[in-house]
Parts: sequence; structure tokens; C-alpha cells
Amino acid sequence: MSVYSTNEFRTGLKIMLENDPCSILENEFVKPGKGQAFNRVKLRNLKTGRVLERTFKSGDTVDGADVMDVALQYLYNDGDLWHFMNPKSYEQLAADARAMGATAQWLKGEETCVVTLWDGVPLVVAAPNVVTLTITQTEPGVRGDTATGGSKPATLETGAVVKVPLFVSEGERIRVDTRTSEYLSRAKD
Amino acid sequence: MNSDNWRPLASREVLERRALLLRQIRSFMAERGVLEVETPYLGGAAATDPNIHSLTLSVQHPGDNRTVRRYLHSSPEFAMKRLLASGSGPIFQICRVFRDHETGRVHNPEFTMLEWYRPGFEHHRLMDEVNALLQSLGIAKAGRIAYGQAFMDRVGLDPHSADTDCLVRRAAALGFISEPADDAALLDFLFSELVAPALGRGGAMFVHDYPVHQAALARVRPGKPPVAERFELFINGVEIANGFHELTDAAEQRRRFERDNQRRRSVNFPVLPMEEHLLQALAHGLPECAGVALGVDRLLMTLCGAERLDQVLAFPFDRA
Repeated sequence: MSVYSTNEFRTGLKIMLENDPCSILENEFVKPGKGQAFNRVKLRNLKTGRVLERTFKSGDTVDGADVMDVALQYLYNDGDLWHFMNPKSYEQLAADARAMGATAQWLKGEETCVVTLWDGVPLVVAAPNVVTLTITQTEPGVRGDTATGGSKPATLETGAVVKVPLFVSEGERIRVDTRTSEYLSRAKD
Repeated sequence: MNSDNWRPLASREVLERRALLLRQIRSFMAERGVLEVETPYLGGAAATDPNIHSLTLSVQHPGDNRTVRRYLHSSPEFAMKRLLASGSGPIFQICRVFRDHETGRVHNPEFTMLEWYRPGFEHHRLMDEVNALLQSLGIAKAGRIAYGQAFMDRVGLDPHSADTDCLVRRAAALGFISEPADDAALLDFLFSELVAPALGRGGAMFVHDYPVHQAALARVRPGKPPVAERFELFINGVEIANGFHELTDAAEQRRRFERDNQRRRSVNFPVLPMEEHLLQALAHGLPECAGVALGVDRLLMTLCGAERLDQVLAFPFDRA
């Protein structure tokens, strides 16, 4: 296990805090004129996604978190777990519902996802930033109403529901930004 | 490598303001009969304060093959006190000082310090003189608040008497996670987190009469509670200056050096040689005096309305 001193703190460093792996977002050096120096640190808990603020005495050490990001291909969901494969080693890994979070709603199979592993186990799965999916259900648009910028809900083949412009219809393929759940455009095939 | 890194970061306007500030300080001191001095940057001994990390060098000893260890000074205080003990009278110095491990919004590993000493002054009279300097620079004179009062106002605890458990609980609620924590570190944390950011907003502010843990090289005034005769100046939540009614007792100075080295040993920092020249000077007799160290770059930040120290440095550490 690696150990880091506060002198090594930098954005992106993964450390253990209160038994959870965390990623450092910001690190500020604070020092009174004649006294103890501190590192005021903003971190993201990689399990819960919560942002925390903690202050360490400068020179203190903390355990590093064995966390790494790998690109894995999504294979299938067996009803309980989501299975992924490393395209280089063909090694397979399974992620549970907590690691998947809201990501599952964007996946239909074969997408390449960035999977954060902690001690080799999937901790967080991120969908590709942009996915192309088919609309399976939406109300017909009102003709001639394209200029008002109105929108309507549309259900996609994976079950996700997004807002789309009125002129988009059932059966069309659209591009969606998974980070914001926003419609981007019709897919050009 | 960024191809623009050869350029200075500070603007021409800021460089001119720095030059003017240095002239203003020198003329202020000259009018008051305070003598400008220079002392070695390469000292034979370093500050023993465990919170200060001195930079070391090996220097070829003149005349033979020995290399000797020297320390880049973190403050000119030891050498200036030797001058005072020799009868120099009031003195000041403007110099670069060096501190390892200090980089941040208002920290750079080397910075410009103005340090001056006034025989016959105690700390309140020296605060009056710091105020006169501020006013000569167009900064409104600073108010005064005792450390205990400022701490009570913002933290709700008496720093002179609060027990360690109380301090630990308050600090932990604010995200302080170091263990074990001694009272000095806890007070420093709570002060940095809750008190200092509010000091000197809408006008400069002196904080004076520190808990005895924070005495550093100040004399301690007996009483209930005993307090260290020390002050700091804050502008916009940033510490600008630190002053003492100076310790003149050689035996007490030796005890503080020894205590610093014990604390260094307990956290596995190198134990440092004591400044024997200073101890000899104190034994010979340091006049009763007050002294203050003022961060010139931070003062310049105030004058220029800068948010970060590197905005007022021609070449901050990353461009050095």
C-alpha cells in the first residue's frame, strides 16, 4: 500500500479517508505566521460521489487508495450484475447496481465505458459521454410548431427517458449527452 | 514547458509600485533615525521552530578542504539581535528570506521581509510605529483586539483556558482530522479557519497578547491568564506582520530552543544546532526592545489590490 505525505497532495491523487477511497479535487496550503501549517483539502468520495472538506496538519501521511480507471466493454446484464470485458486481456468483471448508478439506463451493449476499479473491483462505471439510441415511444409532434422550441418526453430503447424537440418522432435514432441527459441532435447514419 | 514562462508575471505598474514602496520604507526609517543594516543570508544556525523548514547548503570553507553546513536564513532576527546587543541602537533590514515547504496563494519559498527593532519600546509602542508606517503609505491605521477576545468572538471558546477535548470536538466538526493534536495546533487550526479570515476586513487590525503556546520569541507577561507579548497585523484576512516584545533572558531562550528541538525529535524532524552566538549575545545583554517582521510582498498585494502573492512577484517560484 502506498503512503502519501501532504507534501505530495495534488489534484487527482486518490487517498483513503474514513475507510472510503477519495479523489483530491483541491489542495490549499494554509499557514499562520508562527504556527502549524495545514493542508485544506476538498475531496470527492468515490463510493458516494459526495464532496468533503478536510484539513490535515502539513507533514501528516495518509494511505493511498488503490484506484485505477480502465476502459472496458459492456457485455450484458444478467438481471443482477452488469458484465464487462477488458478488450485487451478478455478478462471479465461484474459491476453491481451501486457501481452502475444512473449509468445503466444508457447502455444496450458493446459500449466502451470508463470503469473505476478499487482493489480490482468496479467502484464507479461511467457511460460514454455521448450515446446514440433509438426512440421507442413518444407522442407525435405538432406539425408547424418547430420554431417555438417546445419539447416532449421520449422513451429510448434502453428505458431512459429524455426530453426531445417536438419534431422528433418514434423510431428515430438520436444522440444524447449522458452527463446532462440532454438531447443533442438526430443521429446521422 | 510553456514558452511564455521567461516573462515576468507582475506587471510593469506593480514593479514600479514595489520600487516606490521600498523607497517609502527607507525614507520612513531614515526620518526616524533607524539604521539600515545587512546580515548574512547564509547563517551558521537555523530557526529551531519546528514549523519552519530552513534550506541547507554545503559551502566550501575558506582556506581548507572542509565543507561546512550553512542555512539560508528564514528571518534575520538572530543576527539583528546580535547587533542590538553590541549597542547598534534602532535598526532595520529589508532582505529576501527562505522557507522550504511554503507554496500557496500567499506563500512563496522566498519572499521579501522588512524587519526592524526598537530598543526601549514595548509591543504596543511598536504597533503605534507600524501604524505610522501604514499611514505614510496611505493605509488607514489598524485597530487592536486581544487574541482571547477575537477567538471568543468567532469560536466561542476561551483560548487561554479551554480544555483539549473541547478544542478537539470543535476542530473535528470543521473537518480537522489530524491525530494526535496538541493544543497549539488546535488553536492554530481554529484561528486560521474561523478568526483570521474575518480580521482586517474594511480596515487593518492588530491582534495582540497571544496564548503562551504561541509565544515563539516573545516575552511572557505573568498574570491570569499569562500572555505572550506578541502581535500580528492582518489586512483582508491575511497576516502581514508579526512582532514581539522581545525575550532578553538567555536562560529562557535556551529553554525554548531545547523545547523546539524536543518537538522536532517527536515528529522526526532534524534536530538543529542552537544559535550559540545569539545565546552569548543575550548573556552579554540585549537591551529591552520590541521587534517586528513585515511581509513586504503581502503589503504590496494590499496596495495593488492583488489576490495572490505571485501577482506581485516578477518571477514566482515556478518561473524562477
